[in-house]
Amino acid sequence: MNAIEVTGLRKSFGRTRALDGLDLTVRTGEVHAFLGPNGAGKTTTIRILLGLLRKDGGEAVLLGGDPWRDATALHARLAYVPGDVTLWPSLTGGEIIDLLARLRGPRSAVDTKRRQALIERFDLDPAKKARAYSKGNRQKVALVAALASDAELLLLDEPTAGLDPLMEAAFRECVNEERHDGRTILLSSHILSEAEALSDRVTIIRDGRAVETGTLAGMRHLTRNFVDAELAAPVSLDGVPGVHDLDVQGARLRCQVDHAALNDVLSRLTAAGVVSLTCRPPTLEELFLRHYSAERTTAGARS
Amino acid sequence: MTRAGLADTGLAGTGQLTRLALRRDKIALVATVYVIVALVAGTAYTFKKLYPTAAGRAALAATGEGNPALRFLYGRLYGDSLGSLTTWRYGIWAGIFAALAAIFVVIRHTRTDEEAGRLELVGSTVVGRAAALAAGLLTAAAPSVAIALLLWVALPFTGLPAAGSAALALGIGACGLAFTGIAAVAAQLSSTARGARGIALGVLGVAFVLRGVGDAAGAGGPSWLSWASPLAWIQLARPFTAERWWVLALPLAIFALGVCLAFLLASRRDLGAGLLPDRPGRPAASRLLSGPFGLAWRLQWGMLAGWAAGYAFTFAASGAAAKGVGQLFGTSTALQREFTRLGGQAAIVNAYLAALMLLAGLAGAAYATSAVLRLRTEETEGRAEPVLATATGRVRWALSHIVVAVAGTVLLLAVAGVATGLGYGLRAGSAGAEVTRMLGAAFAQLPASLALAAVAVLIFGLRPRAAVAGAWTAIGLVVAIALFGQVLQVSHWVLDISPFTQTPRLPGGTVTAAPLLWLCLAALAFGVTGLSGLRRRDIG
Repeated sequence: MNAIEVTGLRKSFGRTRALDGLDLTVRTGEVHAFLGPNGAGKTTTIRILLGLLRKDGGEAVLLGGDPWRDATALHARLAYVPGDVTLWPSLTGGEIIDLLARLRGPRSAVDTKRRQALIERFDLDPAKKARAYSKGNRQKVALVAALASDAELLLLDEPTAGLDPLMEAAFRECVNEERHDGRTILLSSHILSEAEALSDRVTIIRDGRAVETGTLAGMRHLTRNFVDAELAAPVSLDGVPGVHDLDVQGARLRCQVDHAALNDVLSRLTAAGVVSLTCRPPTLEELFLRHYSAERTTAGARS
Repeated sequence: MTRAGLADTGLAGTGQLTRLALRRDKIALVATVYVIVALVAGTAYTFKKLYPTAAGRAALAATGEGNPALRFLYGRLYGDSLGSLTTWRYGIWAGIFAALAAIFVVIRHTRTDEEAGRLELVGSTVVGRAAALAAGLLTAAAPSVAIALLLWVALPFTGLPAAGSAALALGIGACGLAFTGIAAVAAQLSSTARGARGIALGVLGVAFVLRGVGDAAGAGGPSWLSWASPLAWIQLARPFTAERWWVLALPLAIFALGVCLAFLLASRRDLGAGLLPDRPGRPAASRLLSGPFGLAWRLQWGMLAGWAAGYAFTFAASGAAAKGVGQLFGTSTALQREFTRLGGQAAIVNAYLAALMLLAGLAGAAYATSAVLRLRTEETEGRAEPVLATATGRVRWALSHIVVAVAGTVLLLAVAGVATGLGYGLRAGSAGAEVTRMLGAAFAQLPASLALAAVAVLIFGLRPRAAVAGAWTAIGLVVAIALFGQVLQVSHWVLDISPFTQTPRLPGGTVTAAPLLWLCLAALAFGVTGLSGLRRRDIG
């Protein structure tokens, strides 16, 4: 069974259409990255899944229940880190961590050992009043509260915004441990390297619709490889199908090659004699940029 | 002064910040000025129509001067001209409204912005260290100055003498300025806007009680107390009866003193800090903080404690003053007649105590409303979201704050009853009996206070964006009806809107259960409708 099953989800705020037929499937036990630029509808989706917002149309199933109708029962089984963490200024970080755990339900006892370990790992001072915390420290409070819980599903909305690189590394370690423990994680982000490092599968959304979903490997299947070669003798790839952005400088050759044409291109290169060769899949950044710039150009051409 | 010259004083950018503040608040500022000017000038005009004969005015003046309850609520009356009557009935209250506007505006543009971190963004630009405070002061002074000027021009058009009009107009404006200075100091003392508002409103409350007790005091009583209150200075300048202009210098001195002190304090502290440093708290939550109710209590108890202290002081002092209120000033026949009409000594004391209880009920409604509106603050600040993302349902979350509001109102009314009873009873020599009697009188106000809190719940559930404005408008309307409805001879339909019109005047009046029951049912219906609305709407 899937932890999250969303089909054709729609939500409007006045005239603004935030979600326009979104599909999203998160399998139980996987880390699923939910990627998109600011304002794409990531937070709106999560807030509908939490039953904070009411959907206008479509289907949403969370842990086998209706996120609106069964909200409180479902919330006992999940933990949430909001994208913009605001805390009660007069409470300390430690108090807030305990409070959120207790609010999750009487059954979810606070695992004090685990709580302490996480506080040390994230280098958090739990005796400080929340009004004295920086943005990053507020984020840590919410993260420790979520990670210390025994929830089966974690909904993390841009969880590393505001964390320094050291803390980001600690967060990644934690997510990997959670994955081993079999927890399901939905991780919304616009930081692609994060998703690349952590996630099993990815859904890319834009303007309230999912434009791409699957494993990263599966997405690369649709994309080009970057080839950078130094050759013994110049070789001409002009007009070879599947070769793009060709740049030849003497014996040095750089280009992008469609997946299907890779074998053909490599055999031509080895025929000429390879001195050095780098061939790598695109990073998620490149994939992402290409996706959006392509969409924008087609949209521009249409209008 | 040039920009470079201003930079040395820390005031660079004050102009831009003031313009920004005025733009953010323009509707509220214009509305406040309009309401206060219209209230005073409109009343002067209405009084002329309602009391056209000298005899009618003399009768009203006798009622006002002879009834200590009215003196407590509205102040002393000097003379029986139209101008004197206007000054008596509205001088202090216009001053209170001007003071409230000043307090909210000053703190909104200083401590609130600082707490929210907006001043940090502004402070990083070419803006002097003192500019935000200066801009807040200028913005808050604007309505006071506007009120003074507009009334000065408008009052003579209603037929009032020019000199008295000037004294009344300047008195009200200067009162607003005095509290501008007080609020500026409060904004430096506390590191939170809520705390700063609490300090400034506390000072306003003390000022009201001091002059209430002083004004209500009978012959030989502590009338001098009024001189300690900026609110009383409006009437002590005696507009329309041999004006004492020098009294107007007192509020202006307070303003100047407050401004200097605020700038001094601001120059000695860090951005974001108050005078009292934050101490570290508990690293883990106590057993009390273990659910939505524990959280609501934790968030609200400080405010409730402040209110309870204010109630205890106000009603102990005002109750103690009840002993002497029946002593007549002088021996004019009009006053004597009024004395008998009211029913003699005992009835006059009862009327005074009943006015105190009405005040307790109105303030209780204000407390309950602000406690309920905490829900809206939690929602807009994004703090409702983490709570509602746990196993806490919406209704339970809302009820947690509503329960605090209801319990807090019960507590405050109990304090009012006990404090009044003790204050009066200890001096009258019957403390036990008075405490029981006043406790009953205080609790008679409970349904009306809670009905207004239920209005706040209703709007919060159905139209969350209008919740704050709507709920406070309801409070303002009810206060206006209670204080000014009868003297303006407003139709019964309007008077009956207010739940306090339905509440028996205790002690002294007769109690019928039906209206109180109806109020409870209405409150319950509003509350349930509001909660069911909350269950259906979007959060945030």
